[in-house]
Amino acid sequence: MRARGGFESAQMLGQPWKSGASAPRQGATEMAFRPGVPGLKPLQFSWTQRGAEAPLFHGTAEVPGRLLATCLIAILFAGLASAQVTFDRLRDSAKEPQNWMTYSGDYSGKRFSGLDQINVANVRTLGAKWVYQTAATGKLETTPLVVDGILYATAQDNRAFALDARTGRPLWMYQRQVPADIRPCCGHVNRGLAILGDKVFMGTLDAHVIALDTKTGAVVWDVAAADYRTGYSFTVTPLAVKNLVVIGVSGGEYGVRGFIDAYDADTGQRKWRFYTVPGPGEPGHETWEGDSWKVGGAPAWNTGTYDAVTNQIFWPTGNPAPSNRGEGRAGDNLYSNSLLALNADTGKMNWYFQFTKHDEHDWDATQVPVIIDAGGEHLIAQANRNGFFYVLDRTTGKLISANAYGKTTWSDAKDAEGRPVANKNASPTLEGHTVCPGALGTTNFMAPTYDPQTGLFYVTARDQCDIFSTAPQPYEAGHAFYGSAYFPSEEAEPYRGFLKAIDPATGEIKWKFEHTSPTWSGVLSTAGGLVFSGDAEGNFIAFDAASGKTLWHFQMGGAVYAAPMAFAVDRKEYVAIAAGSAVYTFGLP
Amino acid sequence: MFKRWRWSFAGFVLLAVAVSAAYGQNPLAGDAKAAKAGEYEFRINCALCHGLGAHGGGRGPDLTRAVKKHTHSDADIFQVISNGIPGTAMPANGTNGQGVGMTDEEIWQIITYIRSQEVKAPAQPLGNAAHGKELFYGDANCSMCHMVAGKGGRLGPELTGVGGSRTRESIIDSVRNPSRRLAWGLTEATKEFPQEYESVTVVTSDGKKIAGVALNEDSFSVQIMDAGEHIHLLEKDKLQSFQKSRESAMPKYDADVLSDKELEDIVAYLISVGAK
Repeated sequence: MRARGGFESAQMLGQPWKSGASAPRQGATEMAFRPGVPGLKPLQFSWTQRGAEAPLFHGTAEVPGRLLATCLIAILFAGLASAQVTFDRLRDSAKEPQNWMTYSGDYSGKRFSGLDQINVANVRTLGAKWVYQTAATGKLETTPLVVDGILYATAQDNRAFALDARTGRPLWMYQRQVPADIRPCCGHVNRGLAILGDKVFMGTLDAHVIALDTKTGAVVWDVAAADYRTGYSFTVTPLAVKNLVVIGVSGGEYGVRGFIDAYDADTGQRKWRFYTVPGPGEPGHETWEGDSWKVGGAPAWNTGTYDAVTNQIFWPTGNPAPSNRGEGRAGDNLYSNSLLALNADTGKMNWYFQFTKHDEHDWDATQVPVIIDAGGEHLIAQANRNGFFYVLDRTTGKLISANAYGKTTWSDAKDAEGRPVANKNASPTLEGHTVCPGALGTTNFMAPTYDPQTGLFYVTARDQCDIFSTAPQPYEAGHAFYGSAYFPSEEAEPYRGFLKAIDPATGEIKWKFEHTSPTWSGVLSTAGGLVFSGDAEGNFIAFDAASGKTLWHFQMGGAVYAAPMAFAVDRKEYVAIAAGSAVYTFGLP
Repeated sequence: MFKRWRWSFAGFVLLAVAVSAAYGQNPLAGDAKAAKAGEYEFRINCALCHGLGAHGGGRGPDLTRAVKKHTHSDADIFQVISNGIPGTAMPANGTNGQGVGMTDEEIWQIITYIRSQEVKAPAQPLGNAAHGKELFYGDANCSMCHMVAGKGGRLGPELTGVGGSRTRESIIDSVRNPSRRLAWGLTEATKEFPQEYESVTVVTSDGKKIAGVALNEDSFSVQIMDAGEHIHLLEKDKLQSFQKSRESAMPKYDADVLSDKELEDIVAYLISVGAK
């Protein structure tokens, strides 16, 4: 009952700004305990609003009662102080499912929400609650954060903003002028913010890392990480770990030398940099021909994950440069298209696993690596752009399995470790020939989800084959550096898009849903037994996580390039996603 | 030494680009090296629609033609590459999802390349345009489904501009093998792929069968035009059945139906209208 006394209303859960009028009355929330084994009590808990039909979430947590109480008090205190987001809160994010505090919702990359107020039984009544128009043109790829009732997000024009998460009304907006001569690959893009303490952090198209005050959007610090004029940029959502802001660079189409940086969250001082292309004398340098390492690419443009137990950051890397031409860079080209396990404090590499050696098809391995604990094994899984679904032992980096989850023609054999290897016909030629998947990959940046309730990994997939032909370009700083061209292969038309549910234990596809055309939407799973994703035709769709049956949809009027997330305010669950140039939020009536 | 020279040369080129561009002239005109660099840029950024060698794909015009529909001067081409052509599939620089945004210098390189590939004189049409027009609106029945300059049917793609935007070969192929490559229909602003002219057959909840062409479709709805040019707006979950096919609604015109000579006449007519 100790915890119950300190857990009476949502007002005390870090939402001090709520007006008295709209705050629930004291005692309106109840928490039911079903104590289990003393000492380590499995707690069945459920928040119910008096008279309300739908509880916010039901959870089972193996947390000692005393620790839970301490945590709640800590959260309460933090909330009352200034809603500061501590590292402990980020690490233990499952304890506050009403908040979405990292790109993937937690450090493991699962993009799973513990909220179940919106569920298979009532999702058909879901409706739009508010829409925020950014008026930004191009692709809006942002995943919003929500902390204690405030939503933080970005737009693709070096913009960050904060909204009242209940109403969509803006609190502040920050925008940094985009220089006319920036060189971002693939259009203006930004995928979102990290939050820690009283700051949010963004990478900019002109390769700065910026800390903004959470309450005002004022710039607290601003660091130039690289020279944007030579092709460096940031599109990634940073990851806040301990007191560091970890961020990976973009520019694989411009012959950059990729890196992952960690900045002191308070000062902006750079604490470490890991070059994803080793320099002279470093292990792996021998995998580059001549001076090719200097423009070797291997960017790190999607958000990694973090394992607090081993203090390791898992960060994926992109293609070697030039992206579609291997001539001139003979060798494996480490650490392109790899998963890196880095010590969070030092940036020192513990292990790496290279998915595609000596890539010639632009198959960046930058998909979110998802931490999964199953059957006593400590795993990390990635649905790779090259068409294979990989499961590794995350303590050693050893490959456990690799299974195709889409149309692939580039590999028909595996090496001694079990890694798919390229066949003789895979390389681009002058005349061009067809390889599957195409350059855009079986999947790409779209965030996947792992649902611990179904044990399934859900990913957006595309079947498209491309004709890869070489176009030998010399390197010139700040100029596109592809080394080849690719065209969608007509033989493979039409290109097909899917949402696929993969069993990580076997690689088997348990169900798939075929979209009308390929989509760039990410995927969210929730404790309500639901999977959410969007499509190129503008629909936001709720699926039954177990069967793949569509349960609900809403036409948003613009294609989806973002991934959904879920949050709760005033004990009401919402699901949000960006589409077209707007952020949409949905809830029950 | 070499490096310094290179840099100063690069600086000179940039300056020249800036100055010439201000006057709408191509600072790299006739430069063989620039044309070669432009060829690579073209392959990466343009060839998807305009074909390798700029001879036109099924979806973009043949740029080796001496007379182009939208552009005359190098400055026109620069504008078109930079900003796209409203109302057509031609996107603005850096927005087509293919390749990356090009610098001004790279755009001039592409223009230099295109000029190097151009034929010197307008090609003489192989067919008789006047006779082609008679066939189009008469015996060949093209106008039952296709509109040119405001006259004709609505079921198939509107063809006023097709002679300017597609190659002779691809038009012939579309007539002889209409299902081999379905024409593009509606392009939505934020969407990656346009709607194609797919054939659709549905049975409604009251048992009515509707066959036609999809104007648009998503996972939950479909918009169809039938052969009588009636538009049907349908929700898929209310249908008894829904079938779509990549077998074009357009009949296959083989040589027995339309001789090579007659087809050349029709193509000549379309080019005479579209390439204006």
